[in-house]
Amino acid sequence: MFDARTPIPLPEGSIEQQTTTLNLGPTHPATHGVFQNILQLDGERIVSTEQTVGYIHRAFEKLSERRPLYQITPITDRLNYCSSPINNMGWHMTCEKLLGIQTPKRVDYLRIIIMELSRITDHLICNSIVGVDTGAFTGFLYVMQYRELAYEIYEEVCGSRLTTNIGRVGGFERNFNNTAFTKLEKFLAEYPKVLKEFENLFNRNRIFMERTQGTGAISAERALAYGFTGPNLRAAGVDYDVRIHSPYSSYEDFEFDVPVGTTGDNYDRFMVRNGEMWQSLRLIDHAYKKIQEFKGAEAEVFHAEVPEYYLPKKEDVYTKMEALIWHFKIIMGETAIPAGEVYHSVEGGNGELGFYFISDGGRTPYRLHFRRPCFIYYQAYPELSKNAMLSDAIITLSSLNLIAGELDA
Amino acid sequence: MALTNRSVAIDRSPMTFVESLYLPSIFKGMGITFSHIFKKKPTINYPEQTRPFSPVFRGLHVLNRDEEGRENCTACGLCAVACPAEAITMEAAERLPGEENLYREEKYAAKYEINMLRCIFCGLCEEACPKDAIYLSETFAPANFARKGFIYGKDDLLIPNKNTEPEAYAKAKGLNQ
Repeated sequence: MFDARTPIPLPEGSIEQQTTTLNLGPTHPATHGVFQNILQLDGERIVSTEQTVGYIHRAFEKLSERRPLYQITPITDRLNYCSSPINNMGWHMTCEKLLGIQTPKRVDYLRIIIMELSRITDHLICNSIVGVDTGAFTGFLYVMQYRELAYEIYEEVCGSRLTTNIGRVGGFERNFNNTAFTKLEKFLAEYPKVLKEFENLFNRNRIFMERTQGTGAISAERALAYGFTGPNLRAAGVDYDVRIHSPYSSYEDFEFDVPVGTTGDNYDRFMVRNGEMWQSLRLIDHAYKKIQEFKGAEAEVFHAEVPEYYLPKKEDVYTKMEALIWHFKIIMGETAIPAGEVYHSVEGGNGELGFYFISDGGRTPYRLHFRRPCFIYYQAYPELSKNAMLSDAIITLSSLNLIAGELDA
Repeated sequence: MALTNRSVAIDRSPMTFVESLYLPSIFKGMGITFSHIFKKKPTINYPEQTRPFSPVFRGLHVLNRDEEGRENCTACGLCAVACPAEAITMEAAERLPGEENLYREEKYAAKYEINMLRCIFCGLCEEACPKDAIYLSETFAPANFARKGFIYGKDDLLIPNKNTEPEAYAKAKGLNQ
């Protein structure tokens, strides 16, 4: 009589390993990027994970060592491509810190609008992808058309949507036109309803709660030990936010709350991101009101007065010799950059995005390092996915908001 | 761990009895889905319809001509210097007597190539140009059968002459659509 419970005696010389090796990735549709994980599986339970980096190594820092400052901006686009304006502006602010440029208030507020918009787009894609991975595709479809609205605002300002290359050292390349502000008003009016609807679909849904609560949890101590920042650290219960602890771009002028979780599991991370989207909306609304208060000539300011680093107006370049000379000097990268060392960090979509910039006074950075938050989160992935079910490990991967573009250092 | 006084805890209350019944949230979700059936469709039928672009959209490059139909480019090479992807190459030549109606200044680009496979459409060439000679248009998504076809020469890039080929110029500018 055959009994399924008795183990089948293995023939002599057969493989005795009881676990299955599974290559999850590098191009698996469920990993949302180029991530390879070599999993040891016992049934559907993960025994161990070995993660691999290096599939899209593009040597950003080395590339930057032979480029003038303005050419490094398109490189930073490709770090976390879900929120490239934050990367661009983080880089501009690093350069401004080194060059000692003080930006006008209006530029700061315009930057805050764009940065908070891109934080919303970043969290939006992360949270809706967590929904997709738990089997709820609908939420993803409904919110994606509102990411489009934010992208259209970037398009009005800089001309591109995903890899934005927005802004210049010292400010913006052009003033915001009326269409951009109209689109911003449309976004502010329509987006809260959609976010509310998104929350209705997910927050208190039993399937979603049971899939995400208690999976992929990390304690505050372990998170700090790994060097977590951003929403993933706040979900573990530490309310560290670069915007509050070392304010940049006049964030000190604004009131906003920091949503924090308690257990650091997938549900907390989802809820923290949702909460941050509401705070970002609040910030955008407030910043837009402050911008409308500027009157007269102040209302037209969109860059700092730094003729050595900010390109002169095109009309002057076509007609005036001095402007043409400055134009050539800036484009050729022949303006003097002081020697020095500077670190600047911004609260990126995923966490603290840092730029460590050493200049020896040459036309290019002597050495540059980007602090990429995703690279740090990925180190914790084996610990987070140990003893989890395979399908929960997929949710953990997406709720950490790992972006492959930031992965390779 | 509280570092600021601005932290707000997220809502993590345990499931209520009604929520744990599972059916109410199913009906709620279905209700949201059904309400979307009657909403305006956000997608467009792309090749037939196109959405409006912003005036500063960064698409494929165009080499510009002046009012009299002469080429603006003087082959100064500033766009090639500014290009972070190193996609632009050019060769300069001197304008000969009798060519004044073709080229605006004494020097012009005899060869001007952009490798569209390298280009990242960052718009720095447009910003670098001191002669209003290159700008990024609203055309995008080029298609071709071979890699060689993506290396655009002057004949691909140059805008048609307004005075001698008005129809082609209007088409390139998108005026008659």
